[in-house]
Formats: sequence, C-alpha cells, structure tokens
Amino acid sequence: MKLQLEKIGRTLVARISGELDLESAPLFREKIDEALLEYEMINRLVLNLAEVDFVDSSGLGVILGRYKKIRSRMGSMFLVNVNPSVAKVFELSGLFKIIPAKDSEQEAIQSS
Amino acid sequence: MPEQSATRSDNFVQLTFLSKPENVAFARVAIAAFAAQLPFTLEEIDEIKVATSEAVSNCVIHGYPDSLGIVTLRADLVDGSLRLEVKDEGVGIADLAAAKEATFSTDPERMGLGLVFMESFMDEMHIESAPGRGTTVVMTKRPTSSAQENVNDRQSDHEL
Repeated sequence: MKLQLEKIGRTLVARISGELDLESAPLFREKIDEALLEYEMINRLVLNLAEVDFVDSSGLGVILGRYKKIRSRMGSMFLVNVNPSVAKVFELSGLFKIIPAKDSEQEAIQSS
Repeated sequence: MPEQSATRSDNFVQLTFLSKPENVAFARVAIAAFAAQLPFTLEEIDEIKVATSEAVSNCVIHGYPDSLGIVTLRADLVDGSLRLEVKDEGVGIADLAAAKEATFSTDPERMGLGLVFMESFMDEMHIESAPGRGTTVVMTKRPTSSAQENVNDRQSDHEL
C-alpha cells in the first residue's frame, strides 16, 4: 500500500494505492492519525480509492476508525473512486450508508 | 480423512506458513491463482481472495493473539468446485455462536465482518473449533458459469 496525503484548506485528501488488509492497515491508520494530530483544523477527510484493488474487513475497520476520529471533531468523511472490484465489500458492510461515496475529489471537497 | 479427500481431489495445493500479517496477501494471491483453474469469473476470484484473506487474518489475530504459530491452508479442486481449508492450532473459539454474530468483534477497529464475508462470498462455510486446540474453517465455492453450462447441457440433451 502507498499513501499520498494532501491538505487542501481544511480538507485532508488521502490517495491510496495497492491493498488495504491486515498488513497495511496499521500504516494507513498511523499516517492519517499523524496528519489529523498535526493539523487540528482539518474537518474533512477524503479517501481516494481509485488505485486500491483489494480491501477486506481489516481495511474496512481502519477506514471506519478514521471516520469515528473525524466525527469526534464534528468533521465529515467521503470516499472517492471506489473500484467495482472492492465496491462489494463496502456495500455488504453497510459502510456506504455511513460514509458517502462521491465521483470526484472536487465533488467530495465541495459537498456539505 | 486426509486420504479420503486426496482421492476425491482432482488437484490440490497446501501452504504452511507463519501467522504473520505479511503472509495474508501471499495466501490470497496463491489461492486466487490456483482457483483460476476452474471457470470462475473475475468477480468470483475477487470474492475468493476476500474469503481467503479473512480466514487467514482470523488465524493471525484470533488464533495466535499473543504469539506466532503455524497456519495451514489447503485448496482442493473437488468435482468442479473449490474447497478451502484454513487451519490453525491456536487458542480456539469458546463460543462459536457469539463469534458468528455480525457485530461481534474483540477489537473496536475491526467490524466483525470477517465471518460475514466468508459466508457471503463462498457457497458453504463450516467452522470447527475447540478452546486450546485451534480452529479449522472449511469453505467451498462452485463457479456459476459451470452451473450454467450444466443447465445448457441438460437442455440440449432434452432436445435430442
């Protein structure tokens, strides 16, 4: 898994590539939490999953954990570009109902 | 029992590895490559990868929570189906019914979805566990395309 972070105003955009599983989940958690700790004003987290080709329950768990974190500071979270190959686990888990999916980073950054 | 399954099996692979998170990706990729011998769709192969990942992750997290142990993963081709057996010799599960509850999870950051995915993505799933002796998960999946072919075969037989 590779992770690229960009701060745009009060939004943190995380562009992830590779696989989110038991091995990579701790690194993902660590990097996002570091950024949230460093920039206290961030109130929106956008996960761009365009380059993610595998997610299992460990990956979903760490995404849900970041959602709880951003919610605890009254922020919001969006998913962008969820691949068909991984969409099924998001649907089955009900995560789409909690964390809305958007078609582009721009849309996620602008939506309320 | 292993001899019996060996005679029924058209092909098999068996992998033995240490219960490290680094081996989860290796396990699912190996099983996906093996499963490709059957006419699974790409979507079905993705489902097999998730199910394998969940079963092996459970061995790593729950089977051997405080130590490293051996995980044995065996895949068989039986009558056109894939049969997966994932086994650890770890702590075992005291209450299987509770473990199967969707919201049950011992870690707040995990969603207790592992078993849900295994049950949803495979045709059959069976768990055997005993405290102190480990856990074995057996899952099977049949390619939907082969079921379709069988139906077509039967239809053409009927026409003849």
